[in-house]
Amino acid sequence: MTSPHRLDSSVRAGRVDRTRRLRGTVDGVELSGHPGDTLASALLAEGRIVAAPSIHRGRPRGILAADCTEPNALVQLHGACPEPMLTATRVELYDGLVAESLSGVGRVGPEADTAVYDKKYVHADVVVIGAGPAGIAAALSAGRSGARVVLVDEQRELGGALLDGTERIDGHPATEWIGRAVRELVELPEVRVLTRASAVGCYEGNYLLVAEKRTDHLAEAGPQQPRQRLWHLRTQRVVLATGAHERPMVFADNDRPGIMLASAVRSYINRYAVLPGQQAVVFTTSDSAYTTALELLDAGARVPALVDTRPDPPAHLAEQVRAAGGQVYPGSAVVGTGGQERISSVRISELDEQGSLTGTPREVECDLLAVCGGWNPVVHLFSQAGGTVRWDPVVAGFLPEEPTGSLPKVVGAARGTYDLAGCLSQGLAAGAEAATTSGFRVAVPPVPPVAGDRPSTRPRPLWLVPAEEGTSEQWHTHFVDLQRDSTVADIWRALGAGMRSVEHVKRYTTISTGQDQGKTSGVNAVGVIADALMAGSPGEVGTTTHRPPYTPVPFALMAGRDRGGLHDPVRTTPMHSWHVAAGAVFEDVGQWKRARYYPRAGEDMDAAVQRECLAARTGVAMQDVSTLGRIEVVGPDAPEFLNRIYTNGFAKLPVGKARYGMMCTADGMVLDDGVSMRLAEDRYLMSTTTGGAAGVLDWLEEWLQTEWPHLGVHCTSVIEQWAAVAVVGPDSRAVVGRIAPELDVSAEAFGFMEFRDTVLRSGVPARICRVSFSGELAYEVNVPAWYGLAVWEEVAEAGADLGITPYGTETMHVLRAEKGFVIVGQDTDGTVTPLDLGMDWVVSRRKDFVGKRSFARPDTARTDRKQLVGLLPMDPQQQLPEGAHLVDPDGPRQPPVPMLGHVTSSYRSAALGRTFALALVADGRRRVGEVLCAPAGGTDIAVEVTKPIFYDEEGVRRDGRQYE
Amino acid sequence: MVTSRHALPDPPARLWRNPEPKRSYDVVIVGAGGHGLATAYYLARNHGIRDIAVLERGWLAGGNMARNTTIIRSNYLLDASAALYDHALQLWEQLPDELEYDFLLSQRGVLNLAHTEQEVRDSRRRAFANELNGVDAEWVTPDEIAEICPILNTSADLRYPVLGATLQRRAGIAKHDHVAWALARKSDEMGVDLIQECEVTGFLTEGDRVTGVQTTAGPIAAGRVGLAAAGRTSLLTDTLGIRLPLQSHPLQALVSELLEPVHPCVVMSNHVHVYCSQAHKGELVLGAGVDSYNGYAHRGSVHVIENQLAAAVELFPIFARAHVVRTWAGTVDVTPDASPIIGPTPYENLFVNCGWGTGGFKATPGAGWVFAHTIATGEPHPLNAPYGMERFTTGALVDEHGAAAVAH
Amino acid sequence: MLQIRCPWCGDREETEFRYGGQAHVDYPRDPAALDDRAWGEYLFVRDNPKGEFAERWVHTAGCRRWFTTVRDTATNQMRAELPSARKPVM
Repeated sequence: MTSPHRLDSSVRAGRVDRTRRLRGTVDGVELSGHPGDTLASALLAEGRIVAAPSIHRGRPRGILAADCTEPNALVQLHGACPEPMLTATRVELYDGLVAESLSGVGRVGPEADTAVYDKKYVHADVVVIGAGPAGIAAALSAGRSGARVVLVDEQRELGGALLDGTERIDGHPATEWIGRAVRELVELPEVRVLTRASAVGCYEGNYLLVAEKRTDHLAEAGPQQPRQRLWHLRTQRVVLATGAHERPMVFADNDRPGIMLASAVRSYINRYAVLPGQQAVVFTTSDSAYTTALELLDAGARVPALVDTRPDPPAHLAEQVRAAGGQVYPGSAVVGTGGQERISSVRISELDEQGSLTGTPREVECDLLAVCGGWNPVVHLFSQAGGTVRWDPVVAGFLPEEPTGSLPKVVGAARGTYDLAGCLSQGLAAGAEAATTSGFRVAVPPVPPVAGDRPSTRPRPLWLVPAEEGTSEQWHTHFVDLQRDSTVADIWRALGAGMRSVEHVKRYTTISTGQDQGKTSGVNAVGVIADALMAGSPGEVGTTTHRPPYTPVPFALMAGRDRGGLHDPVRTTPMHSWHVAAGAVFEDVGQWKRARYYPRAGEDMDAAVQRECLAARTGVAMQDVSTLGRIEVVGPDAPEFLNRIYTNGFAKLPVGKARYGMMCTADGMVLDDGVSMRLAEDRYLMSTTTGGAAGVLDWLEEWLQTEWPHLGVHCTSVIEQWAAVAVVGPDSRAVVGRIAPELDVSAEAFGFMEFRDTVLRSGVPARICRVSFSGELAYEVNVPAWYGLAVWEEVAEAGADLGITPYGTETMHVLRAEKGFVIVGQDTDGTVTPLDLGMDWVVSRRKDFVGKRSFARPDTARTDRKQLVGLLPMDPQQQLPEGAHLVDPDGPRQPPVPMLGHVTSSYRSAALGRTFALALVADGRRRVGEVLCAPAGGTDIAVEVTKPIFYDEEGVRRDGRQYE
Repeated sequence: MVTSRHALPDPPARLWRNPEPKRSYDVVIVGAGGHGLATAYYLARNHGIRDIAVLERGWLAGGNMARNTTIIRSNYLLDASAALYDHALQLWEQLPDELEYDFLLSQRGVLNLAHTEQEVRDSRRRAFANELNGVDAEWVTPDEIAEICPILNTSADLRYPVLGATLQRRAGIAKHDHVAWALARKSDEMGVDLIQECEVTGFLTEGDRVTGVQTTAGPIAAGRVGLAAAGRTSLLTDTLGIRLPLQSHPLQALVSELLEPVHPCVVMSNHVHVYCSQAHKGELVLGAGVDSYNGYAHRGSVHVIENQLAAAVELFPIFARAHVVRTWAGTVDVTPDASPIIGPTPYENLFVNCGWGTGGFKATPGAGWVFAHTIATGEPHPLNAPYGMERFTTGALVDEHGAAAVAH
Repeated sequence: MLQIRCPWCGDREETEFRYGGQAHVDYPRDPAALDDRAWGEYLFVRDNPKGEFAERWVHTAGCRRWFTTVRDTATNQMRAELPSARKPVM
């Protein structure tokens, strides 16, 4: 395999390692290259300049750039790490690479992404973005101060544009200076250098996001080696040395393969030792492309024409080109191109002072057209951070305004400084200043002497090269955005439609909306608009806003490790392993996994729940209730505090007793509920719902700190410290008696809503509380979390002969609904007051509490609000779907059908031998006895409205079975 | 000149004039976003009022209209919401013909996922209510979801498995810019002056009556003034001492590169905070909830984007290697009950349409319809009667939070 | 991502905090004395300025203390304010 366009190492060594050969395939054709090659440089080395046809018009396109500005050469990567769409100029060649060219539209495949993506969070003093001459200089001067410096560059090696050229620093080739700088930076202990790292976001407060590629360039990554890393950098100062992007030129048929940015041509020659063409025309508006012409000539190409828009280019430059064998056409422009798959000729015309064509065009044969429409300082990150830009007529580009406050400092080409000495000097000064203002005083080092510097006299931007015929609105092959296939004619059409804003034109033409976000098209579009509107300068039109990311970032990298099991933490109780072993089916409640039911062989959920319910109602059953929120409320003012937070009173609750409490939001709606125990005069243990625990703690602390800081109260979550087992059913007394022999569990000695501290038979200290969420005799055995599993097993063993049955949340729901106990969040939805629930008994009339005032508002005081009721389907075997709405059976049935309320909870009751439900129904309490109708799934279910209690209304089961 | 299937239809060659503002109008609408333009359009179409100026501080439809994720649906829980949003959806269905503009309305269906048992209950409650309100809605199981959207991860191993979803088949997306341009073009044709880069800075008043607006282009008299200024509404009402229950928050969104079609519908998940569709050109469009803090900076915090992409990759594993190419933020005005405020104000001749939070785009024609009615007649339309400011005094909120329908 | 200065812990990332909206909105001393309009305003209406805004944050993933900052809602520039002590109410 040969690479016919690879320059002999005697002509250009390049930055490729010719001792090793890498092989891949592109569009099914084998490709070879060297370490150091990009996919684009390897293709060019083999003469393959043609990319996939354009997205809409199917026109042939070729590689235009050598960096992230590339609009045409998009590829999909196959293999171990498939990629839907990357830019060939940013893909490093590796052995086994398989790529396919794309016409602007990528493809995601079904392959699972098994790669690891990491995040790093780093604090720094100075972050320097871009490791060209200015950036390296800044990092050196800042790094020498001892400050924590991070230098970030998207290339595989430092140097930036210096790698593309032939300048000399300190009497040596610039690459030697880079080498010395790299060695020094590596030695500095507080300096960190990130390569293959693209600074994609720059946010206010000097917060940066950097996407670093770790293994993309490797044929094979190590196991668990992170493929990419997303760095979050928080720093005191930012120095942006992000360089400048060259602009293409807008002229007829400016999209043929073989048309390439002049800077890219230099890059391919010098960095990659690839000569992209043999017969090259150079078309420029400024000095920089003269160097390209000279290097083309030096590398063995012919330059039959250097076309300069300026009538009087610097004489010494023109002379150098002529002396090297090139031909210079001042005051001229390329006005058209010829060729089929690749450019084969250009037409050159003279320009008059206004930029109109004059004279007779001449045709020149070529296989490469290097264009330079001027330079765009890379102000993306500066602009993202909130900096503003202004048009500078001298450098013909948008430059950053002098930053204020902590905004990033911009140096070098990114602020329109194109000479090497200027870049070095600005970089050294900015680095020293950034370090000094971060508290690391350091002097500015002297600027090393440079040679072979880039010339830069004033450019003559020409936004729109006239075609030889027609008018602007007909110029359908003057491409402005190659990736979007958008032209001058499209822009003129947008303006003709009435649009004046560049944002409108962008949206109308889709210019700058591609994967490249208009890096080569944005400013040219502004130029064409300014030209069309006869604005004084592009500055009068303005730019579109730069938004993160600067270059595309994979979704997976942004997600990092927050995937799979780590997407959100899973909380489990100390008894979780037992539930898993018992075959429990789990449900997500907040972050917890709670056992929903424990099916036995052949049981579905209904069957399992019927069995579990019966056990609780007729024997004994047990549930893991460790997930309930537990908050210790401690302090001399704890009683007063709970009185203000709960709708009912807690100040007079005796020590040793527990009480159910409900809390409301300030607008009177139910927020949470639970049982609180009074452990001591100044100490309560509050329980909350599982899902509401964190929110309730926040709520308590907010009131304490922001409204009642004078109250001496502290709140501490103790969920993680406790495990709890509910032992429920008529036989629960026997079971608890067995595990807690020191405790008198008789009804007389241990009353309802009381708790006792004891030591279990096993020696485990426990707090046992007589609470019931089922209406049955029940105990809640609380033990230190560490003993949770052991005590759970102890309870199971103690009740084995009584058939003790573990049950889950579903059975818990049925049991409590039979008793009409609400579940906050299921039977309430943030629009329900305690009074709506018929729980007047929990609402104190004597004291004020959070939310009380809201009950008196006109709408909240209505007596026909939606109220909690029970429902009994007329067919006792028919189960209402939860969420079904209730309507008047005699009312209209054409939509919109007036709805009276909805079913909040619906179950099949083993104890009742029938179905039942809870519902919120308008004026519900008055409707008890009425028959309503629930249309669901095409049928009507007739229901009778009842009180919201179905089982043991007298409450006799609470004290359980009496034993001798 | 456009040939490929990835191309959008060519927009019209004529959209609007760029008139100089007159000294006086019958009606001045503040804000040339979707709602302002729709209001002007329906004032002209339904009420015969043509002497209208729509004043825009920046470029037309450059606020939230340019920044939203283009989802259209009407499957809201509460009667008032369902009526208003479904009226909007019916108007959406007519508008391409009526405006003679193909703005790419695509009724591809919206799935609202449920990941917990409580979300299942809430979702089914909403679907049942939709059915009775005449809004199309279905409850679909994970197996059915897998048929509708095969790339969605319906595996039980998901951290929060998909337990089901509501599906509104009439819901979908439209091309937001083109919607605005379509409304603008018709309004302009009917004589409405669309005036850009003209910022309203205050009001002209006589006692308790508003008589016009103060602008960066000088005072403009108006018989009636309608505010359709989204996140900036309260900045204007503050100048009159009217305190509205609005908080302006950043709302972020993002797009990927263009991809071959893989995602056939719109998927929304409140639980893991992400929603996603694939636009006509092929880019994935994603959004999430608002940033927590008040802000007018058109920028949000990056962790919100990171969380949203983690959720997206969980739900859509094949998006793992898609790329974010652009993120952005708008400023949305949020009310305490997640429902808008549309109606008169304590000042005569001044009307507000605000508080749409994250739901404004889908309501565009419906909001315009009822706001035009309110401005033209001085009285709320029956559809916006429940949306007055007084509900925050009486407690009669239109609280959509309960139905988990707050994300858009 | 905002960087927020907790008066007790120093500069921390926004993800450690929860937002609490406008500062200095006192719980009414006697809610029952307020008419419905005034009570509704307390419940639902907060300032929404573009520019400097005194607002509350709580350091949920840190010291769990509430404090007040002043932030420019147009630029997100923040400056710390001393933690506010409240007079007793009720």
